[in-house]
Amino acid sequence: MTGAGIRIEGLRKRYGSGDTAVDALKQVDMQVFPGEVVGLIGPSGSGKSTLLKCLGAVIEPTAGRMILDDEVIYDDGWKVKDLRALRRDSIGFIFQAPYLISFLDVTDNIALLPMLAGKPNAEARGQALDLLKALDVEHRAKAMPPQLSGGEQQRVAIARGLVNRPPVILADEPTAPLDSERALAVIRILNEMARRYETAIIVVTHDEKIIPTFKRIYHIRDGVTYEEAGQGLEF
Amino acid sequence: MISLAGRDIMHSWGKFVFTGAGLGLLIGVTLSMAGIYRGMVDDAKVLLGNSGADLWVVQKDTLGPYAEPSSIYDDTWRGIRGMPGVARTANVTYLTMQVRQGERDVRAMISGVTAGEPGTPGWPSYLVAGRQITRGHYEAVADVAAGFKLGERIGIRRNSYTVVGLTRRMVSSSGDPMVFIPLKDAQEAQFLKDNDAILQQRRRAAVNPAFNRPGVPGLLDAVIASQSTNPYVNAVLVQVASGHDAEEVAASIRRWKRLTVYTSGQMEEILVGKLIATSAKQIGMFLVILSIVSAAIVAFIIYTLTLGKIREIAVLKLIGTRNRTIAGLIMQQAVALGMIGFVVGKITATLVMAPIFPKYVLLEPLDSVKGFVAVVVICVISSIIAIRAALKVDPAEAIGG
Ligand SMILES: Nc1ncnc2c1ncn2[C@@H]1O[C@H](COP(=O)(O)OP(=O)(O)OP(=O)(O)O)[C@@H](O)[C@H]1O
Ligand SMILES: [Mg+2]
Repeated sequence: MTGAGIRIEGLRKRYGSGDTAVDALKQVDMQVFPGEVVGLIGPSGSGKSTLLKCLGAVIEPTAGRMILDDEVIYDDGWKVKDLRALRRDSIGFIFQAPYLISFLDVTDNIALLPMLAGKPNAEARGQALDLLKALDVEHRAKAMPPQLSGGEQQRVAIARGLVNRPPVILADEPTAPLDSERALAVIRILNEMARRYETAIIVVTHDEKIIPTFKRIYHIRDGVTYEEAGQGLEF
Repeated sequence: MISLAGRDIMHSWGKFVFTGAGLGLLIGVTLSMAGIYRGMVDDAKVLLGNSGADLWVVQKDTLGPYAEPSSIYDDTWRGIRGMPGVARTANVTYLTMQVRQGERDVRAMISGVTAGEPGTPGWPSYLVAGRQITRGHYEAVADVAAGFKLGERIGIRRNSYTVVGLTRRMVSSSGDPMVFIPLKDAQEAQFLKDNDAILQQRRRAAVNPAFNRPGVPGLLDAVIASQSTNPYVNAVLVQVASGHDAEEVAASIRRWKRLTVYTSGQMEEILVGKLIATSAKQIGMFLVILSIVSAAIVAFIIYTLTLGKIREIAVLKLIGTRNRTIAGLIMQQAVALGMIGFVVGKITATLVMAPIFPKYVLLEPLDSVKGFVAVVVICVISSIIAIRAALKVDPAEAIGG
């Protein structure tokens, strides 16, 4: 797959209206290419979560453009009808707390996504197992989420984010609960996956341990983004 | 696609089984209540059927003998016997009272039956043990529900009787077991005054110069004799000769005898429509209350379970699960809860409630089917609150602040 990643132009988001209006995003311009992992860094209240929610198609921006894999998904209004299908097929989510479904085992937590997209159970589980293997947690395939360590849960969550081969993955503080060794391992996995599956990955983080690993970083301050070259440290 | 509801139930089966069992007890009570009503109706039919009568002749303008007191002279049957279309007649009395058995006493409906052979109207139609009454006095045939044993002595008013036979499922419309005794004894039990009253009556008659005339020997004795006989019964049971229409025979008795006559159809209406109508209403009210309580329990449990899954639901929505799927998840759980409850309830009603309940409980399969449908409907409706809560969950919550 050789998509074009994600491009955001002049994105704005205003919460509320009148006196109580908050301009959470004022001018966001970003581009993330397939195979690339970029950092999104900013102080508290700068608009990081708001941006993820807009990209994740769970809240509607106020103005601007978002282009996903050469398809305009937002241009001063949604351009795709089924946002649910867009989220399911084109966007992977990885959270700080790896929100796994507690009543499904590890395999089905991952396989659920292709199943929701209409894949037969066996095929969906096969895909899930491949990813678990790639992420080195296949020995936990039958475990229930609470039985996993934090790092294992995070890897399962990454597998879930990847399983439908979305052109973009949004990761919100994916390393926050991990020690530096494991945090770096997660970043290594994300880089590897980005390359292998041609996915554009945006990592929102405060985590000093991983910031030096990004080749490219977007800073966001008061709803405005600035691009900056990162250190891109090998690790 | 896997069943999300199924997985969640397997995951927290303890909650489901315990709540389901609790709900099941309620459903069991509900089914038993319906069974009690059916049992009462059936008891009434059995009571009428076993009496062997086609027509009930009672005091004019009464709903007797079961629903209202009725008393007619005990020779009324002679006139009825001679009417066309009448095959057999028999006097009968009914009186619900306490019957002594050793130290305890049992509430029973005493029925006085005329002497005759089996098949006489009013006689118990079949016995499970012992024999029918053969002597004119002091023998009794009792229903097994009374707890009497063959050969046992039981006390009815001032006399004691030997239990010679046992019947089954012969109970009054309020569920009291029936005890059959000879008619004469029953008349005495029903109309006899106590010794003091008799003495008083005799004394009064003796001092009354109108009765105690020196010139008319024997008058006082005749008066006293007439005062102490009890020439009343509660009803005359009539068997209609084959080839005659019960309604026509009833009409002619009504016309000629100035009595009220009921066919078995009308009698059933009186029993079911009037005598047990109040109980039926009470049971109906209980059914409504139990349904509301069950609905509240299901709604509450499903709502709580759903609130416990809000995070999961947000994630499911974020990764593109349809609202329909999420609503289905919750509704299926509610229905599963109802099914567990129904199974537990059905078992409780059949194996626990019906055998130990001090009244005949008739669990009709059709009632179970209706109950099942009601449980499913109640569960589906009760899940609506939880479904609304789940559909309001914002997928953005999964991303957090
Ligand atoms: N639903 C909302 N309604 C109104 N204002 C909001 C809403 N969500 C966020 N905001 C405001 O928008 C601004 C950006 O919030 P956002 O959550 O995007 O910040 P953030 O960068 O994620 O902060 P943090 O690092 O603390 O999570 C803040 O001023 C916040 O108060
Ligand atoms: Mg945030």
